[in-house]
Amino acid sequence: MNRASLIRIALLFGALAVLEWACRYGYVSREAVIPPTTMLQGAWRALALEETRAEILWTLENVAISLILSVVVGSAAGLLLHRGARLRRALDPLLASYYAVPTFVFYPLFIVLFGLNRWPLIAIGFLFAVVAVIINTLDGLARIPRSFTRTAAVMRLTPAQYALHIILPAAAPWLFTGVKFAVAYSFIGVIAGEFVVSGAGMGHAIAFAYNSFDNRMMYGLIVLLFATVGSINMLLWMWERRLYARRAGR
Amino acid sequence: MPVAQDADPLLAGERAERRRDTRTLDAVLLFVGLVALWQVGSVVLGREALPSPVATVGKLTAIMSDEDFPRHAWETARAFLTALLISLIAGLVIGLALGAHRLSGEVTEPILAALYSIPKITLYPVILLLFGLGISAKIAFGVIHGIIPVILFTMNAVRNIRAVYLRSARAMRLTLAQTATTIVIPAALPEIVSGFRVGFALTLLGTLIGEMFASQRGVGYMLVKAMETGDTATVMSLALLLVVLATAASAALLALDRRLRRYALP
Repeated sequence: MNRASLIRIALLFGALAVLEWACRYGYVSREAVIPPTTMLQGAWRALALEETRAEILWTLENVAISLILSVVVGSAAGLLLHRGARLRRALDPLLASYYAVPTFVFYPLFIVLFGLNRWPLIAIGFLFAVVAVIINTLDGLARIPRSFTRTAAVMRLTPAQYALHIILPAAAPWLFTGVKFAVAYSFIGVIAGEFVVSGAGMGHAIAFAYNSFDNRMMYGLIVLLFATVGSINMLLWMWERRLYARRAGR
Repeated sequence: MPVAQDADPLLAGERAERRRDTRTLDAVLLFVGLVALWQVGSVVLGREALPSPVATVGKLTAIMSDEDFPRHAWETARAFLTALLISLIAGLVIGLALGAHRLSGEVTEPILAALYSIPKITLYPVILLLFGLGISAKIAFGVIHGIIPVILFTMNAVRNIRAVYLRSARAMRLTLAQTATTIVIPAALPEIVSGFRVGFALTLLGTLIGEMFASQRGVGYMLVKAMETGDTATVMSLALLLVVLATAASAALLALDRRLRRYALP
């Protein structure tokens, strides 16, 4: 392990220790923040309860569906837009300013469209994630060297072979970045939806615990959520490093 | 490849003009297409679920001429502008420091990237408990959303400055402040503006979310109230207002971004 990682771990544990100490000795109001060890107890309690486990599972399922949909639709749309250069140019300013629009304001519309079930949540997560996938797919496709496409033409590759042997490896780093964004944005969209109107899921459980002054449960659930998102990101990050390590000249 | 033709300046100018014309035409076509899609959606889903474009614009003018509206708009604008100012200035300073000091940057980058990707909306109870209801909670919410991309973009920009520039700064014995203002910030400006663009969007998002939960005033509050009462006409007109404002601001920053990149030295 290198020096930066060691310092980082020391820094994080130091911050937690300071927080623990400040909470225990009353420098921070117990009503606002509870000590990290108590948060962990809360997380454990949340995991032990059947109903919270169901809420967590529900959220994870929604995120997974949103992620799969956004990656599949986003890369297909990216491919199509790459072909249609004129449409792409027209859409460019919209794609660039897309994330300035608070997507979740369309939540009521989705409730009317899909009814009060999981699909409005998935729609929000999908809308949030899909454009990041499209943008990164377009970036990746634009950066495939001309010589690669010419070689493919010389070798008379079929479209399927071309996709598998040229596009996928050459655009992999950008496609991967798109997937990483899709994971983060799917989580953000789904959880935000659950906070705003939904009656189920982790976001709802956190809001519910807050409203019933159950700080232990609230912080426990937040810790669980952050730990889940954090470890998924960490795994993707490590996987990405291994992909890069195999690419010569990068 | 008709490369040689571009050597004729008259012809090249004419072609550029024609390209601009098709581009304007495409933009108009796209706009018309989107409005038509909206209208069709309104007919298919029913006016109650999705009000038509004309009805939405009508409702929006009605809302904007309401005597309560300026109060709400001003509240949101005040919270957003304060949060934006904090995000940009603090983010710029922190990003410059972390970019200049390599080890600090390496230590904090994964932490910042992790913070960027977590759903920060879950922190709203914590922010409320710490700041109480009111404008400071909204500002805090805007800042935690907006500051991280500004830091990350600035940090990467500073790291990627060519070593020659910094060596010449040392050779000229510039002070730290002089190096920052005359070398580092100009060299990193395009990326810093990109960071500002993302920071702008996310600060707006954060402020609105904060307003939806932690306030009795502001556009976010109007939005959440309309959502609760199922008033889709109000929701759609406020959404339209936000979309137009956000897209316009983003387009202006994007134009600035492109211009800076074009003039940036290689």
